[in-house]
Order: sequence, then structure tokens, then C-alpha cells
Amino acid sequence: MDVEVLARVQFAVTIMFHYIYPPLSIGLGLIMVIMEGMWLKTKDDQYHRMAKFWTKIFALTFAIGVATGIVMEFEFGTNWSSYSKYVGDVFGSALAAEGIFAFFLESGFLALLLFGWNRIGPKLHFFSTVMVSLGSHFSAVWIIIANSFMQTPAGYHIVEYNGHPRAEITDFWQLVFSPSSMDRLVHALFGTWLAGSFLVISISAYYLLKNRHMEFAKRSMKIGLVIASMTVIFQGISGDSSGKTVAKHQPMKLAALEGVFHTQKEAPLYVFGVVNKEEEKIDYGIAIPSLLSFLAYSDFDATVKGLNAFPKADWPKVQVLFTVYRMMILMWCLMFFVCFTACILWWKGTLFKTRWLLWIMVFSVLFPQIANQTGWISAEMGRYPWIVYDLLRISDGLSKVVTANQVLSSLIMFGTVYSFLFIVFIYLLTKKIMHGPVDDDTDSPFHSIEQVAKELKK
Amino acid sequence: MSLPELQFLWFTAFVVLAIGYVLLDGFDLGVGILHLFSKKDEERRLMLNSIGPVWDGNEVWLVTAGGALFAGFPPIYATLLSSFYTPIMMLLCGIIFRAVAIEVRSKSPKIWWRWLWDILFALASAVIAFILGVLMGNLISGIPLDEAGEYSGFFLDLVHPYAILVGVMAVALFMMHGSIYLMMKTEGEFHEKMRHFVNPSIIFFIILYALTTMSTLIYHTHMLESIRDNWIFFVIAVINILAIANIPREISLGRDGRAFLSSCGNIICLMALYAIGTYPVVIRDSSPPFLNSLTIYNASSSMLTLKILLIIALIGVPLVLSYTIAVY
Repeated sequence: MDVEVLARVQFAVTIMFHYIYPPLSIGLGLIMVIMEGMWLKTKDDQYHRMAKFWTKIFALTFAIGVATGIVMEFEFGTNWSSYSKYVGDVFGSALAAEGIFAFFLESGFLALLLFGWNRIGPKLHFFSTVMVSLGSHFSAVWIIIANSFMQTPAGYHIVEYNGHPRAEITDFWQLVFSPSSMDRLVHALFGTWLAGSFLVISISAYYLLKNRHMEFAKRSMKIGLVIASMTVIFQGISGDSSGKTVAKHQPMKLAALEGVFHTQKEAPLYVFGVVNKEEEKIDYGIAIPSLLSFLAYSDFDATVKGLNAFPKADWPKVQVLFTVYRMMILMWCLMFFVCFTACILWWKGTLFKTRWLLWIMVFSVLFPQIANQTGWISAEMGRYPWIVYDLLRISDGLSKVVTANQVLSSLIMFGTVYSFLFIVFIYLLTKKIMHGPVDDDTDSPFHSIEQVAKELKK
Repeated sequence: MSLPELQFLWFTAFVVLAIGYVLLDGFDLGVGILHLFSKKDEERRLMLNSIGPVWDGNEVWLVTAGGALFAGFPPIYATLLSSFYTPIMMLLCGIIFRAVAIEVRSKSPKIWWRWLWDILFALASAVIAFILGVLMGNLISGIPLDEAGEYSGFFLDLVHPYAILVGVMAVALFMMHGSIYLMMKTEGEFHEKMRHFVNPSIIFFIILYALTTMSTLIYHTHMLESIRDNWIFFVIAVINILAIANIPREISLGRDGRAFLSSCGNIICLMALYAIGTYPVVIRDSSPPFLNSLTIYNASSSMLTLKILLIIALIGVPLVLSYTIAVY
């Protein structure tokens, strides 16, 4: 196989695996802040127990997020060194800001958050929780600003350096507020809140079904549900806005996502369909007339550019994009359904006894995860054939000295290690869930020194 | 500020971050290797506990140092990582295995289970330390580069006696640093047991330190030019030796904190000597006519980026320092 395909597969595997965890820790971070804030306000011990339990889950997702995140940072250089040289000057500022404002903030307060429950005052502990949560949000901010440069480059010029062209920054704020960055940032952050809140909903629903930790589960569920319901509505609005930005700045991506082969007025929106790339049409499609024109340009008559406006060799994989994009939207509909139904039942007072819904909730943890993954696939595969939109082709971004065998062996290595890591994650998560929000700390990976000392005396 | 000044400043910042990483992750990698030498599960747990709350915070320094290199010197970052592809992948594999092993080892009391994870943890720690040393060794000896600043050798060109020597020295260095950290963090009977680790690891380190220094003096004389030109740098080498010599003294006097500071001083001097020796080259071209070396002056980001980085650092570093001091 050729290096380009292997390097792309490797990046996809490692980034998709990585992206299971940061959304969970960002979303849980927000929930921890709310729970601990409630505890400080009400002095109710139940909230304390909740904050502690969800912090333990957070710690697990955070640790795996860090370990898999280091891989991402180095992979830019190992597999995509030409790309790194090309964008390094522009990415530099965003990455430095991420390092200083996000990573150091998180790591500075993480130990206090995880191990400081009994050692520091509640207010300082709450402050640490806020800082860690803020740090993880900042991390999302800077990485999405960097990624948005690949979608809608802004604030740069192309300069010859050592005989090769590269992008150099001209305006930092233009880079930060590039045409797509804020839309995409908001969209991704809502995605992380959904990931966190649905994890809380799912685990709480499980406890309710099993009749365990009832009071804990009910209160966690309520907080998770409030955040999820609000976010799911905002996410709809943000998705619409993000779609309009794509239509304006990346027309080929829109055409591929929506399966528009021919430029047309009053473009219909396919709710469902199977892409027939040979005949350049959608088979078995259910379409709503003119809706795509309206959604993309707020005008039912607007012309939507089709793929035929671009060279066929450059087309992204329409079949994949058309399908994953619809999966993302389907996941949103499922989340909306869960939130909507749950809120009605909550209002009626029967939420905690409606077993069928609780069972759906147990599995609902997958909805935001699938939506996050398919959303990113849509964004990144839709960029094809560009690694930096309209500037640098993916094939020109590769490392020149790295061979297919090297990439293949590291791909196999990551495949094995990550499968294994995933099993460990599920195992540890299950163990923490089964253990439940019980006060003793025997479940912690590092037994407290005092406790070990006690055991030693026996 | 002029461009060369900014380049120099940012190189200094990178070196400081790299030193920070070696100081911090150095001891937890060292403890990771050492804990396998203890046969009792309780002792191993105490050792792992001592690094439990800090190891992932320490790795943040690696991430930030990598980020600083990417930001300030993209061509160096790109060449470094693509040339050392296979070792870097092994390093990453080691980092992931460490994270897993420390999380799961105590999940089951079975003896084989704990041994399995402890061996993996120690192995991963040793691999990380060794590869960092091999990288360093290659940066000192140089690697073949072409005109575009791309690596023009093979994987096996990176494995040569000098690189392996520096790799083993890094393992020894971290073991010594880790053993002193354990002295500092433990009490009572266990503390006395940890004492048994200190002397062998100091001797192990000193042997390798001497061998590495000799090889550098004989085979890589380009590392000495700056020191020869400016005698003040020689003082660093003197301080380095004194710092090493001071470690057993402080340990025998029972002043473990000071011993740890001496060990930190040793690491800072070693890294500073490396940085001074290699300056301004970062990746040395080892193929004649030695024209394609990447220096901090021919492989940096633009002036504007370096200025933005400086502003970010000027806002960020005081913030980080103030809350770190406030917290601890």
C-alpha cells in the first residue's frame, strides 16, 4: 500500500480513538463544576458524593486523553513533516497558547482536584475544579483554531523559506477568528457537553434500573438531563450555522456531504438515499424540495454548487461523506428524542419509573460519541484533497523520508495498543460504575499512603 | 527585538522546557525502573504512590516542549520526528503502556497480574529513558541530511555505539534521580530500604557519565568549541562534577532534599552543557561536506510568529508561576 493511504489511515485511527476521551473529560468537567458548586451552595452531602464520583470517572478519561494526545502531537512531525514545515509558522502561536493556557492550567490543578478532597478547603478545591475544566475548554479552543486554518485559512501569506513555500502568519486575530473557527468551536464544544451529560444520564439510568444509589442517580440524572436538553437545542442552531459557513467557504465539501452532483437551483435535501457515484445521482432518495438551498443560503431559489464544478479526480469520497453526515444528524435526532421525552416524563413525575426510556438512556451514551466521530469524519474527509484548503494537497504534506513499511508497522502497533487500551478503559469504567459512589477510596489506582501504611502494619 | 535575538530567546525557552521535562519526568521514569528491583508488593505500591499524583502532570512538559519546538522551529521539529520515526513510535508506545500499567496494576490482587504490569511499567519506563538518550546521542553525533534538511540515512544509522552509550547513561541518570526522589518521599523503615538503591545507582551513573564524557571528548570535539572559546562555560562542567559528588555526601548526612537538589543541579548542568555545545546547531549534518545542519537561525518561524510566541509566554509564564507557587 502506498504511504499516503497508510499515513491517512493511521492519523484517522489515532485521532478517532483520541477523540473518544477529551469530549468526555470536557463535558464531565462542566458537570463537576456544577455539582461541586451546588455542594458549596447547599452544603448537601449528596452533591459532594456526586462531584467525587464523577471526578473519578473524569480522571480515567483524562488520563487516556493525555496519553493518546501526546501521540497526536508527535504524529504531525513523524508522518506529516512537510505539512508541519508548511503550517508550523501559523500553527505555532495556537499551539503555544494551548500549551501555556490550557495544558499547564490543567496539570497545575489536576493533582489538587484528584487528591485534594481532604487536604484543601472546599473553596480552593472548587477553584481547582473550575480551573481544570476551564483548561480543558481552552485546549479545545486552540486546537480548533489550528484545525480551522486547515479548513478556511486566514491571516497568513505564502513565503519562500529555504527554497520551499510555507505559510507565515500576518495577523494573529484573523487566524483566531477565521471564517469558520468560531462556528466550529461552538459546535465541537456543544458536542463535548453532550458527550459528558449523556454519560451521566446513561450511568444514572443504569443505577435507577438496578435500584442502586437511587438518590444519587436521580440527582445526577436531573443535572445531566438539564445540560443535555439545553445543549441539544443549541447544537441544532450551531449545526445550522456551521452548515452555512461550509456552504460559503467550502462548497465542494457541502456538495459531497449532501450528494449534490450537478449545480442546481432549488436544491432538494435528501433525508435518506444511497449514493450512486457512477451515474452521479442519489438512488432510493427521499428528498424535500428546495430545502438544501434554503438551509445553505436562507433562500429557496438559491443555486447550490455541485461536484461537477470541480475536477473529478479531486472529489472527496461522496458515498462515505453523504452517509456519515446523515448518521451525525440521525444521532442528533435520537438525542433530541431522549431529552424531549425525558423532560415531559420528568414534568409528569414518572421519569424514574419509565423503564423503557431508562433502558434507551443506558445506551444513549453512544449517541453523542457517534455524532462526534461522524461529525469529524465529515469535516476532515470533506476537506479532501486538501490538507490545508486550497493551499496544500494531502499528498504534498507527507514526510518525505518515511517509508510505507515504517507507517504500516506503527499502524499495527497503534491498532494493537489502542484495542488493548480500549478494553482496559471499558474494564476500569465498568469497575468504577459497579463500585458506585461509595466513599472509601480503595478503588483508586494509587492507594493513599496512610492506607498502605495501615495495611503494612497488619 | 531583532530576529536573531528572538530566535535565541525561543531556543532558550525550549531548552528550559526540555530541562523541566527531564527534571520532572526523569524521577518518575527512574522510580518506574527501580520499583521492579523491589520484590515486595507493598514496597512497590509505596514507590508507585510516590509518583502517582504527579506523573501525568510531568508528561505535560514533554507535550509543551514538543509544542514549543513545533511553534518556534517547524523545520527542526519536522526533520527530528520524521528522521527518528521508529524510535519516536517506540517512545509513544512506552508512554501509553506506562499510563495503562499504573492504572490497572492494583485492580487485581493476583500475583502474576501485578508482576505482569510491573514488568511492563518498568520496561516502558526504561524504553522511554533509553530512547530519549539515543535521540540525544544522535543529535550530538549528527545524522546525514540532504539539501532540503531531510534525513538521508536509514533506521540502522541511528543505532551506533555512542547513541547507545548516551541511551544507557540516560537510564542510569533517571534511576539515580528516581532513587533520590524516593529517599525524599519516604519515611521510616521503608526509607532505609530505599537507601540500598541509592549507592548502586550513583555508581552506575558515574561510570556511564565518565564513559560518555570521554567518548564525547574523543569523538565529538565539535561539542567543545563554545567551551574552549569561552572559559566561563567550563565553570558549568565544574559545578556539574561538584553536584554529582555532593549527592552521596548529602545522602549520608540524611539530607535527602538537598541530595535531590544536587541531582537536579546535575541534570541542569548536563543539559546546559549539551545546549551550549550544540549551539547554534540543533540537528547536525554528519555527511560530508557538513553543510546542511539545521540551526536555530536557518530553521525557525517568522519574526512575527516568534514575537507572538513571546507575548503569549510573557502573559502565560507569570500566570503559571503564580498559581503554581500559590498552590504548593
